[in-house]
Amino acid sequence: MLILMKMKTAMLAGALAAPILATVLSPAPPHDDDGAVRLSPASFSYRAAGDFSRNGRPVEGLMRKLSLPADLIIMKRQVTVAEYARCADDGACPKVPVPNGSLDVPVVGVSWHDASAYAAWLSRRTGVTYRLPTDEEWTFAAAEKARDEALPLVDPADPAQAWIARYEAESARSKPAEKAVQPAGTFGTNSNGLDDLAGNVWEWTDSCFLRTSLDDGAERITNTNCGVRVVEGAHRAYMTDFIRDPKSGGCAVGIPPTNLGFRLVVEPSSPVAAAFSRNLAKLLRRT
Amino acid sequence: MLTRRTALMGAAIAALMIAAPALAADDLKLPRERVELVAPPFVHPHEQATKAGPKIVEFKLTVQEKEVVIDDAGTKFHAMTFNGSMPGPMMVVHEGDYMELTLVNPATNSMPHNIDLHSSTGALGGGALTKVNPGEQAVLRWKATRPGVFVYHCAPEGMVPWHVVSGMHGTVMVLPRDGLKDRDGKPLHYDKIFYIGENDLYIPKDENGKYKTYDTVGESYADTTEVMRKLIPTHVVFNGRVGALTGKNALTAKVGETVMIVHSQANRDTRPHLIGGHGDYVWETGKFNNPPEKDLETWLVRGGSAAAALYTFRQPGVYAYLNHNLIEAFELGAAAHIKVEGKWSDDLMKQVSPPGPIPPDKLGAADPATFSR
Repeated sequence: MLILMKMKTAMLAGALAAPILATVLSPAPPHDDDGAVRLSPASFSYRAAGDFSRNGRPVEGLMRKLSLPADLIIMKRQVTVAEYARCADDGACPKVPVPNGSLDVPVVGVSWHDASAYAAWLSRRTGVTYRLPTDEEWTFAAAEKARDEALPLVDPADPAQAWIARYEAESARSKPAEKAVQPAGTFGTNSNGLDDLAGNVWEWTDSCFLRTSLDDGAERITNTNCGVRVVEGAHRAYMTDFIRDPKSGGCAVGIPPTNLGFRLVVEPSSPVAAAFSRNLAKLLRRT
Repeated sequence: MLTRRTALMGAAIAALMIAAPALAADDLKLPRERVELVAPPFVHPHEQATKAGPKIVEFKLTVQEKEVVIDDAGTKFHAMTFNGSMPGPMMVVHEGDYMELTLVNPATNSMPHNIDLHSSTGALGGGALTKVNPGEQAVLRWKATRPGVFVYHCAPEGMVPWHVVSGMHGTVMVLPRDGLKDRDGKPLHYDKIFYIGENDLYIPKDENGKYKTYDTVGESYADTTEVMRKLIPTHVVFNGRVGALTGKNALTAKVGETVMIVHSQANRDTRPHLIGGHGDYVWETGKFNNPPEKDLETWLVRGGSAAAALYTFRQPGVYAYLNHNLIEAFELGAAAHIKVEGKWSDDLMKQVSPPGPIPPDKLGAADPATFSR
């Protein structure tokens, strides 16, 4: 009973887990030095995520010119099996199966909850606040590796045209040939020095699914669903937060993300900047 | 004689030609025709009704043992096939015709094979007369006495189910000479035919849960049989692999077109359903002397049989056609998609109000008292 309670507490990433004890017992550092990248704010193009409609019919997401409010510190690599395993060994992250036994590959088969538990654990262990990036932050860091997939506008009187267009766009996506995870660096480095963006591992972001109305020229969020998060990689996807192994569903088939993994960003330490960052999405929408 | 409708069907090059008598003794004084088969989901060109008299129709099936990939994860298994496809090609004749089938087992294969045609009469459906070793061929002639869609499959002694679930099954369609009819005798036609062969697969896994691979088909036998005996397939697929008929390989049709969907399952029950559409006319048991049922939502294909359904598309869009055991469709693979072009009908369906906030003073604030009375 005691063990069960202890496990449950740890699973919930509760603050009662014993970080000091764990530090003493565990010889390895919680996160390997991967040369995290610091990016200074610069202007970038961002296609807003979620579903948009104008006067009752679907339209493409708005394209915005954005600039992040502060430097972005982001992991160069996706979190590896070895790193995640330390969190799992501490009882702070659910164990996930490791397919081929390799430790120096991105951890995959993780849900948004798993990734968030890892961020909470790593923050406790290091004293630095880590979290998942927002979709805006991910897009900025991914630079040329981010894909803008706006769908063609369609005849409002004929919704089937949109479905066929969407189906064909999704069917035409080139998908990674290999599902098996590859050693870090396999999919190259982008202009910001980040590895393996848009390879065969998609990355969780912290951004919730939004439904936005553009009626009468005004932008209005009509629904926020944080049970569904934005997932980024070779294409953008929306994923229910407890999913670990994505598959295509319903009649919308397309190509689902091959694997789900993640990398983290460092929350700026200044309380002002932190608050700024937390409200990033909100602030960005006003710009 | 090719009709306009016939010319529309299938993708492959039509090759109906009069051929000289082949190996079999020509004791029937009937005209001959040789048909070049095409791979599913297409079907070789054929007349839906014919004024000509009975003939001998020649087909050739070549057994191919080959390793194939069956899902997006790259899972491989050693398939056994008729003509290289899963299912084997559909062979179409008319009631009263004779099918003269040459079954070839090339020397490169490792195992004996044969064919049991459910549409034929006698000798275990021809299985007892067609057992060919690698490097042999046999010719079987049988008379098409019953109109309908029928399964054919390999049935070698001692290992029938293994050959069938490894891919050796296909479909024969025997059409009434005067064509298909509804229950009142009104003629029915199709503009296109989609041929779906559903296959349950039983791929062995290693101790880590990874699918095993084998150097030869023979080496996979013992493990595969063990999985088969538990009766829980690892994959249920249309036309040989997960996604064989989706995405870039999706089927296509137009609003107003009438499509015949033939669904064949040689081993296990299945229940096809067209999401967003129906079966206008369905021969659930697949035999055309029985009147077709109308307006079905889902129909049962008994394991070891084929069914035929006619549907005229009325609305454009992307349709899913699947085994409506949804676990088998979405988790194991038994789904196809049909892209239908055309003009949307607001009369049949219209989105009156798109997803949006619930108005507070309408649905949300309904007075419970009004319901309790």
